[in-house]
Amino acid sequence: MPNFYSDNKHLKFHLTHPLMKKIISLRERDFKEKEEYDYAPLDFEDAIDSYEKVLEIVGDITGNIIAENAVSVDLEGPKIVDNEVKYARGTQENYDALKQAGLIGMSLPRKYGGLNFVNTAFVMANEIVARGDAGFSNIWGLQDCAETINEFADEEIKEKYLPKFALEGATGAMDLTEPDAGSDLQAVQLKATYDKDQDIWYLNGVKRFITNGDADISLVLARSEEGTVDARGLSLFVYDRSHKAVTIRRIENKLGIKGSPTCELVFKNAPAKLVGSRKLGLIKYVMSLMNAARLGIGAQSVGIAEAAYREAVKYAQERSQFGKEIIEFPAVYEMLSVMKGKLFAIRSLLYETSRFVDIYKTYQRISEERTLEPEERKEMKQYQKLADSYTPLLKMTASEYCNQIAYDAIQIHGGTGYMKDFPVERLYRDARITSIYEGTSQLQVIAAIKGVTTGLFLNRIKGYGRESLPPELVFLRKILMKMTEEYEMTVQNVVDMKDEELLDFHARRLVEMAGNIIMGNLLVLDAKRNPDYEHVAEAFIKRAEANNKEKVYYIHNTDPRDIGVIKQ
Amino acid sequence: MKGFKIIVLAKQVPDTRNVGKDAMKANGTVNRAALPAVFNPEDLKALEQALRIKDQYPGTTITLLTMGPGRAAEIIREGLYRGADGGILITDRKFAGSDTLATSYAISLAIKKMAPYDMILAGRQAIDGDTAQVGPQAAEKLGIPQVTYCEEIVSINHKKVTVKRRLERGVETMEAPLPVLITVHGSAPECRSRNAKLLMKYKHAQTITEMQEATDDYIELHDSRPYLDIPEWTVADLNADEKWLGLSGSPTKVKKVTNVVFKAKESKVLTDSDEDIERLIIELLENHTIG
Repeated sequence: MPNFYSDNKHLKFHLTHPLMKKIISLRERDFKEKEEYDYAPLDFEDAIDSYEKVLEIVGDITGNIIAENAVSVDLEGPKIVDNEVKYARGTQENYDALKQAGLIGMSLPRKYGGLNFVNTAFVMANEIVARGDAGFSNIWGLQDCAETINEFADEEIKEKYLPKFALEGATGAMDLTEPDAGSDLQAVQLKATYDKDQDIWYLNGVKRFITNGDADISLVLARSEEGTVDARGLSLFVYDRSHKAVTIRRIENKLGIKGSPTCELVFKNAPAKLVGSRKLGLIKYVMSLMNAARLGIGAQSVGIAEAAYREAVKYAQERSQFGKEIIEFPAVYEMLSVMKGKLFAIRSLLYETSRFVDIYKTYQRISEERTLEPEERKEMKQYQKLADSYTPLLKMTASEYCNQIAYDAIQIHGGTGYMKDFPVERLYRDARITSIYEGTSQLQVIAAIKGVTTGLFLNRIKGYGRESLPPELVFLRKILMKMTEEYEMTVQNVVDMKDEELLDFHARRLVEMAGNIIMGNLLVLDAKRNPDYEHVAEAFIKRAEANNKEKVYYIHNTDPRDIGVIKQ
Repeated sequence: MKGFKIIVLAKQVPDTRNVGKDAMKANGTVNRAALPAVFNPEDLKALEQALRIKDQYPGTTITLLTMGPGRAAEIIREGLYRGADGGILITDRKFAGSDTLATSYAISLAIKKMAPYDMILAGRQAIDGDTAQVGPQAAEKLGIPQVTYCEEIVSINHKKVTVKRRLERGVETMEAPLPVLITVHGSAPECRSRNAKLLMKYKHAQTITEMQEATDDYIELHDSRPYLDIPEWTVADLNADEKWLGLSGSPTKVKKVTNVVFKAKESKVLTDSDEDIERLIIELLENHTIG
C-alpha cells in the first residue's frame, strides 16, 4: 500500500509554504465558486485540505499502479497498430486510473469540468507521478496543452476541447519540432493553408520527435504566412485526431522514457483550428507553453531524483562489504549526502518557481475580468520577470542534478546497479533526456543569463537576505553573503569586458553561481520554517561555496584568446 | 433500461495485512488500536461490482450499509468518494459483542427498512473474522436467493442476474432471480480509486455524532447540502428485539485462545538431482499428498 505523497513529508512542507495562502485566495477569487460547485473550496484551510487529499489519491495511484507497471512498460513500450499508437498495457492502465480519479485537467477552470487547482499543486502531482514512472509522467503531464488552450484560444475552441480533457480524459500533444527545426523553432516549415469558404485551416508537412504524437488533441506549430522564414510567420493550431488526417510514420527507439511514444508524424490536409491570433504562434503561445513544459521537466527531474536517491539509500543500508553496511563508509555516505543536498535544493527551487508562475498567471487571468490595481499590476510584472528567469534556471539545474543523482545512485550499487535487475538503471536512462528536451541546458543558459546581466537574480538574492533568521542559521547567511559579493564582482568583471563571446563562454558558470546562491538561500529559509532542514542547508551551502570559488578562479584566469582554440 | 437499487454491505476492519509486533494483545485478542482501520478488501471489490452496474445503467443507486462504532462512518465516506450515492451507519452500544448471527439479524432489519431493492452485494468475508457467514445469513433472514464467491457479474436485467463464481477447481456461471444477495470473491477486480471531485464534494459528510464532536466550522454546510448527512440507525430505529443482539444474541463464545508459533518439526534436504526428485514424488504419492 505505498503512497508516494504521504511517504514524502517534504511535499506537504512545500505545499504549505506561507505564500500559498495568497496564491490560493487569488486563484479562487476569494472562494466565490463555493455556492456554484459542490467541490469548490470554502476557504483556504478547506482548499489545502482538498489539495492534500487529492495528492494522496495521486500518491496512491502512483505507488500502487504506476510504479508497479514501470518495469513492464519499460520493456514493452508503445507500438503502431493500424496507424494508431497503442500504449503498453501498463501505460493504458495508469492513464485509465488517473482518468477515473478525475485527474486530467487539474488546473482547468471548473466551468469546463476542471479542478481549478493552482499550478503548484499540479506541479507537485507531476513530481509524484514522475517518481513512479518518468516516461508516463510525460503522457499525463501533457494536460498542459489544455492550459494553453484555456489561456489563448477563443471561447468556441475552449468550450469544444477543454471538457474533452477534464471530463473525458483526452490526451494531449504539442507538435513543435521538425527534422530541420529542433532547438531553432523559427525554422518550422509545416504549412497551414486557410480555406476561406469553410473557415478552416489545413496542415501539411512533417513533425518529428513528438511526444505522445497520436494524442486526442494536438497543438501544432505551423507556418501560416506564405513567404515568411522566421518566427513571425508561425501560428498555433489545434488538431483533433478524430479527423484521422495524420500518418504516424514511426515511433522512435529511445535510450529511456520508453513508455512515452515519441512519434514522427505526417500531416496530410489535416483540418485544424487557429488558436488565438495569427503570427503569435511561436512568439507568444509556444513560449508560454514551453515555459509550462519546462516547469514540468523540473518536476519530472525532481521525481526521478527522489526515486534514485531512495534506491541508493536503501541499497547502501542493505549491502554489506568488509563487515559493515556500505552506508558507513565515508566515500559512500558523502555521495549520499551530496545527493540529498542536491535533491532538496532542486525541490525548493521547483516550488519557488511554481509559486512565481502561479502569482503572475493568476493576476493575468484576473486582469481579463477587471482592471488590476496599480499595486497588483506591479506585482504581476515583478513575478512574471522572476518566473521567466527562474524557469530556465530550474530546468537546467534540476535536470543536471537529476542526471548526477541517477549517476551516483548507480555508482552506489556498484556492478549490481549496472544490471537490469535493479530499478536504478532505468532511472539513469530516464534521467538522461531531462537536460535535453524542452530546450537543452545550453539553451536554458541563454534564457537565464538575462537574470544575471539585468541584476534580477542579485536583487532576489538580496531580498532573501533581508528575511529574518533565528540565530542558529546566521552562520549560513554569512557564507551566502560572501558568496553573493563574490558573484556580484565576478559578473561585473565579465560584463565590463564588453565581449559578447566571452559572456557567452562564461554564461553557464555565472548562471550556476547564481543558482547555487539562490538554492542556498531557499534551503536556509526552509530551515527557518523547519529545523530538520538545517543540516541539508549546511551541507549544500558548503559545497556550493567551494563550487562557486572554483568558477571564480577559472573566470579570472581565462584569457579571451583561450576560447574555442582547441575545439577541433 | 432503468437503473437498479443496490445495497453494498461493508465493514471497517483492522488492517490484518500489515501486522506489526503489537497486533495482538497478551490475551490473544486483536489490538485494534495498533492496526489502522480499513475498508474490508472484499467489500471494496463488491462496491466495484456495484459501480460497474451503475456505469452501465445510469439511474442506478448504490447505498452502503455498515455496522460498527462511530468511526466506521469513514468507510461510508470512502464509498462516496468512489461513486456510491449514500450510506447508512448502524451503530449502538447495544450491538457490542455481536457475533455473525446477531450482526446478520441487525443488518437484515436495516435492509428491510431500506426496501425495495434489487440487489445486495457484499464481500465474501472480512479479514478480521474470516467467517464468510454474515452475507449468507442475511439472505436467509430476508428470504432471498444468494450467490456466493462471485468473481464477475456478467449481465443483469430487472428479472435476473448472471454471475460468474470462482470455485476451488474452476468457474461456474449461474443465474439468479432478483432481488438477490451476492458475495464477492477476492479474485474479482480491484475497486477503482477515489475520484477527486467526489472526494472534495463529500469530504465533509458526517454522521450526527461526528457533527456533535466536530471542531471545524463546516457544520452549517449540512443545512444547504443534505447529501452530507450520513444517517445513523440505532436499535430503536430498527425496532430490533434486544435479546437477539449483542452478547445475548450471540451464541458464539470464545473458549480459548492459543498462541501458535509455526515451527518446522522435521525437514528434509533435497538436492536438485533426478533421484532426489523421484524419491520425493514417490513419497508424496504414497502418503496421498498428490495423486
